[in-house]
This record gives sequence, C-alpha cells and structure tokens, in this order.
Amino acid sequence: MSTKLHLPKESIDHARQLARAIASPVVDFIDKHSSVTVERAALRLAGADGANPDGVPVPNLVVDQLRAADPTMLEDGAVLRYVNALVRTGDSVGALNARVAAGYNVAQQPLVDREKIVKKAAELVTTAADRIKGNRAHRELKQEEFHGRNNSPLLYLIVATGNIYEDVKQARAAASQGADVIAVIRTTAQSLLDYVPFGPTTEGFGGTYATQENFRIMRAALDEVGEKEKRYILLTNYASGLCMPEIAAMGALERLDMMLNDSMYGILFRDINMYRTFVDQKFSRMIDAYAGSIINTGEDNYLTTSDAFEKAYTVLASQFLNERFAYSAGLPARLQGLGHAFEMDPSIKNGFLYELSQAQMAREIFPEHPLKYMPPTKFMSGDVFKGLAMNTLFNFVSKATNQGIHLLGMLTEAVHTPFMMDRFLAVDNARYVMNNMEGFYDDIEFKKDGIIVNRAHDVLTKTISFMEEVEKTGLFDAIEQGLFAEVKRPKDGGKGFEGLIKKGPAYFNPFEDHLKRELGLER
Amino acid sequence: MHVVRPYGDTMDDGKVQLSFTLPVPNGAKGREAARKLVLSWGFKECEVVHSTVLADDFSMYVAYAKTEQSIDYDSVVADEASADASMDMEAVDAFIKEHIGRKIVVVGACTGFDAHTVGIDAIMNMKGFNHHYGLERYTGIDAYNLGAQVPNEKLIDYALKVKADAILISQVVTQKDTHIHNMTEFVELLEAKGLRERFICVAGGPRIGNKLAVELGFDVGFGRGTYADDVATFIVKKIVEKQKA
Repeated sequence: MSTKLHLPKESIDHARQLARAIASPVVDFIDKHSSVTVERAALRLAGADGANPDGVPVPNLVVDQLRAADPTMLEDGAVLRYVNALVRTGDSVGALNARVAAGYNVAQQPLVDREKIVKKAAELVTTAADRIKGNRAHRELKQEEFHGRNNSPLLYLIVATGNIYEDVKQARAAASQGADVIAVIRTTAQSLLDYVPFGPTTEGFGGTYATQENFRIMRAALDEVGEKEKRYILLTNYASGLCMPEIAAMGALERLDMMLNDSMYGILFRDINMYRTFVDQKFSRMIDAYAGSIINTGEDNYLTTSDAFEKAYTVLASQFLNERFAYSAGLPARLQGLGHAFEMDPSIKNGFLYELSQAQMAREIFPEHPLKYMPPTKFMSGDVFKGLAMNTLFNFVSKATNQGIHLLGMLTEAVHTPFMMDRFLAVDNARYVMNNMEGFYDDIEFKKDGIIVNRAHDVLTKTISFMEEVEKTGLFDAIEQGLFAEVKRPKDGGKGFEGLIKKGPAYFNPFEDHLKRELGLER
Repeated sequence: MHVVRPYGDTMDDGKVQLSFTLPVPNGAKGREAARKLVLSWGFKECEVVHSTVLADDFSMYVAYAKTEQSIDYDSVVADEASADASMDMEAVDAFIKEHIGRKIVVVGACTGFDAHTVGIDAIMNMKGFNHHYGLERYTGIDAYNLGAQVPNEKLIDYALKVKADAILISQVVTQKDTHIHNMTEFVELLEAKGLRERFICVAGGPRIGNKLAVELGFDVGFGRGTYADDVATFIVKKIVEKQKA
C-alpha cells in the first residue's frame, strides 16, 4: 500500500514489539486460568442449553453445582462432569439438559472411565465444529453470490427497541434502506449479568437481551431480507461484559458475523475485574476466529470519556494492544475491526484535518484490518441540523481513508433512539458522500510536513512513549494506577473476580483443545 | 401583553417546518394524506415540499405550514433551574472560601442500570465539557465520580463515608420511566434512613426537568445544556442557605 503519511516503519515495528512485551505476561496468566463463563461457553458448545423454572440457564446450573460440591472441582473443567453425566445416563444432550433443569445434579455422579468421557466429548466437539464450519461456509457462499453488492465501507446501523420482534421490523427496514450490518444493542444491564438469559425476549431497557433464541430470530429475518436485496446482511452483537465467551459461542452457533469485543473495555468502563476480563476475552476471540466472526474493538470509549484531540494516542495504543491480544487468540488481521471515532470538539480549528490524519494513520498502520469507525456522539446536541453536518464530515473522512465498517451517525443522537426516518437520512447522507468521493482515496496525497502528516507523526511518537511507560509499569499495574482512560481499577476489585478459576493439572476442555489445534495456537 | 407567532421571513407570518413519517406507500395519495393531516392540526396552509420512500409501506414527508396561533410571551414562566446568572469556576471557588470556609464534598454517579456516563462525566470530570471545567477541577470542591450502574444504596453509603455535602444523580435512559422509578427509590432510601436533610440532592439528565426532580423529592433538577458552573453555583448557595436556616 502506498503511504501518504510516511510514518517510519521502525517506529511502527517498535510499537508492535512493545505491545508484544506488554501482553506477554498477561497471556501467560491467561493460559493458566479459566473462568465460570469460559466453562459455561464450553458447555454451550457441548450442547448445554435451556433453563430451569426460575430462569437459571442450564450452563449456570452445571457450573454452580460443581462449585457447590467442591470449590476445586471446576479446576478439572466443567465439560468433564457434563459429559460424564451424558455417559452415565445414556441421555441425548437435550434429555440431559431437561434432566438438569429439573434438578439432576451432575456433580454427584461418580466419574466413569476417562476414556469413555474423552470419546463422548470428541463426538460433541465434532458436532459443534461441523455446525460452526457449516455456518462459515454458508456465509462465504452468500458473500460470493452477492459479491460487490455491499457498500464500502460497510454501513452499520443499530436497532434497540427492547423487543426482538419490534427489532426485526426496524432491522428489515434498515436493511432495505441500504444497511450492510445490523447491530442489536443490548439492554443496558446485560453486561453485568453473570448469565445469558434463555428464550425470546420482549422487555429491555435501551436495548434487547442477547439470547440464543433472539439471535436465531434476527438471523432468519436478515437472511430473508438479504435474499430480497441481493446483499448479505451482517448481524452483530456484543461479546462483552461478564459473559464474553458465552455470547461468542452462541453467535458462532447462530451465524453472527460480528461481535463487539475489546480486551480492556470491560475493565475500564464497566468495572469488571481485570484478570477475569483478560481470561474471558481470549476464549471469546478463539471462538470468533474459528467462526470467522469480525471483532469490533471499543477504542471510541477512550474518546467519549477523555478529550479526543489530547488523548488520541490512547486510541492507537489500545489498537496495538487489541491487535496483539487478538493475534494471541488466533484471530487474523482481516477479522480485527479495530475501533476509533470522530469525536473531536467541532469548534477546534483544523479539527477535520486532525480527524483525517488519525483515520489515515489507523489505515496505514493496520492495512488489512477492517477498521471500525464510530460517528460523533459527544458533541451532538438537539441542533439536528448541525448534527447532520457533522455526520457529513464524518462520512467524508471515512470514505477518504477507506475505513472498513462505518457506524452511521444519527442526527437525533442526543435526542432519542432513532426514528425510522433518522436512519434513512443517515444512509442517504452516507451514500451521497461516498458516491461523490468514490475515487478520492486513490487520487489524493497529503503534503509532506503539512498539518495532516505532522499530526500523525506526533500521535505515533506520543503513543510509543505511552506504551513504553505501560511496558515498564506492567499492564496490570498500569490499569491499577489509572494510566488508561484516567480510571483506576484495583487488581482484585471489580465485578466477576470470584468467577476466576485456576486450571488444574488435569484440566479438561476438549473445545479449547480443538480450537487451539485448528487455529494453530499449539505451542 | 407581548403577542408572538413563529417567524419565517416576515413578522407574524406564522411559518413552521415539519417532518414526519407515515406508514403508507410514497406517492400522490400519501402526500395528500400528509397535507390534510397537517391541516387537521390547526395549520391554515400546508405545502408538502418533499416525500420519499423509507421502506415497504413507509414514507417520509417534509412540509411547511402556517399557523395563526400566538402566545403572550409575558405570561410565560420557564421551568429551568440553570440560572442565567451562574458563577464560573473562579467565582464559585471564591464564594466557597468566603462564605463556607472549607472544602465542600460532592459525590456523583449514574445510578441503577444506567450505563451512560456522558452526563455525569461532563459535569464532574476534570476536563468538563465545552470549555466549562468539571467539578474535579475546582479547588474548593472534593469531587468523587463513581461512574455508571451504581446501586442507590452504595451511592448513599459512599456519600456518608466521604461526608458529602451534595449527591448528584445522572439519569440518561428514560425508556419505560426507569429514571422515575430509580430517582424515587433513591429519595425513599434516604428518607427511610432519616438522611434526606443531610444531603443536597441534585438530579440531572437530558430529559430531567427541575419540576420533575423537585416533585420526586430532589432539591433541584438540571436538564439539557447544563454545565458544572450551574451545578456548583446551586450547591454552594444552597449550603449557605442551609447554614443560615
């Protein structure tokens, strides 16, 4: 790729080495640990599903039974006892789920021959792997069939009614208006639930519960509208919060195409324990990698919390770290939707040039990554006319720097959840700008030593000195001291810490083993 | 009496612009339906200048209309706590030094399940918003921003621990009146503990009015367009008022 910013290659390489050095001790920690949600994700891949009459999901029932029986039992992996129960009862997966939901305790069954468990588990791994591979193949087939029909960048729209059936109506309309990607926003409390609810849901606040049944309902609706529009419509949800890997597993089984997933977002912005988050993000990314699902990282949050001009380097540093953690989970660059945002104060002189510089810098440093670009939110107001103008500049920067995934800004961002016409105006604006500038990216170069070029060099330099400080401090300590996003998170504080599990010498997780083999992560 | 009407380009022309969606196909019939609908709202003239298809059986309209309705501007009373005469940061700090003589303590959070910190951050974070510094920057204020999804109970415990003068509650999500339930619960909790008079209680959010907040038992409510200056001014004046009482 030709460069417009002339960033020194040795500086970029140095930043990547720093990211590796920063991540390395964290990855060592991750590999020695599991968590309650990692175990539940493995159970879900094995087929554990359903809920008891109180709504407690079967994967939670199993994990809670093991913890209650003996706090060390989970060190062997929850799949061991689940499969043991299958062998013992001779049940199908569905029958065992019903039995567990009715009160059957898998922790109280003596273990059969390990060989029998290993053999049965291998069958379950094959079943899950075949289903996920089938989903991947179907996606690739449809994307081939409708090749060239999607917008570039992909236009990404959000629905958030709280009711999955109402979401379906809005999503259909959005897709027929031109959206390539539909994200179903989650209800505001879900990231802090240590379980994933079961079944279709019609009640949510500011969004809709992520459940496997809701995934299935929306997937079917988007496939239908996709056939009509002759475009593959990508479906997005949130593998974030306390159930990152479980959501990733459900998404893999139901052919979701993108997952919001950040290596540190939960720690900094949701006060989830740091050890827990690092462990959870890895297994979720391994599943995403196998399912061919694109992750969207959350760097935009650094800019809504802090000043986008002054703290631009924190975005780039986070992109390097997200990339490193993604690679260590087997996720290739083409599935890394690294995030950033158009959030500078609109009254800054030359703000547009700085935004252009930041977006082009991300493009050049991460050339194969489908960058996820977020619209203005912080400075949006009730002045919807100004809001539309700001979104136009945002659309311009996105096309001018060849971004991958473009979350459409809403002119009513600061007023209400979008009306149908707000979404239409957003798509219409983006298509107007992008059609008018189709050849701009290939045609334009930047002045050497101009404002745009100098700004990118300056941000890269600041990023490196920040990463050097983090490397010297250590990532866990750096988070504890508030080096990221100006928030301090104690190592043993935050939500979900009690759900961390030390892997025992006989830890059994055939799904993790399979993913490691398939993704080339075997050491 | 000071009678006013909407102004287009001539005094008293009564011109307004409207845009809306109808669940019907786009076309001549849809445009006529839109025009008649606007007239049924009491407008005297209506021109539908644009219509477009949004989806199957949905279409959008842009219309200009004329109203003969007017209002006596002198009869209007505004429901806004953000006084036009709020002090800026330096003035608030000077006021604290002169009239209170100690640092004041402010605790704030997005309570309940609300995860949107943009409002509380704009008021409290060092940086502030739109060139108005946040409360953390004030030399006379110890400010603690507890962030999002803080249970009411925890917020009150924290306020007691740091001996807060004022508690700020930010509520952004208002779907299904969740903010009203949450704000009510907060005040009831304080009252149950006999602590309501111990703190100055401030509510804020894009859809929080002063009237609503006061009805729910808060001292004040701040809506759209509020800065840290407005909140700080209210708190310091209220502290002095309580000292005198």
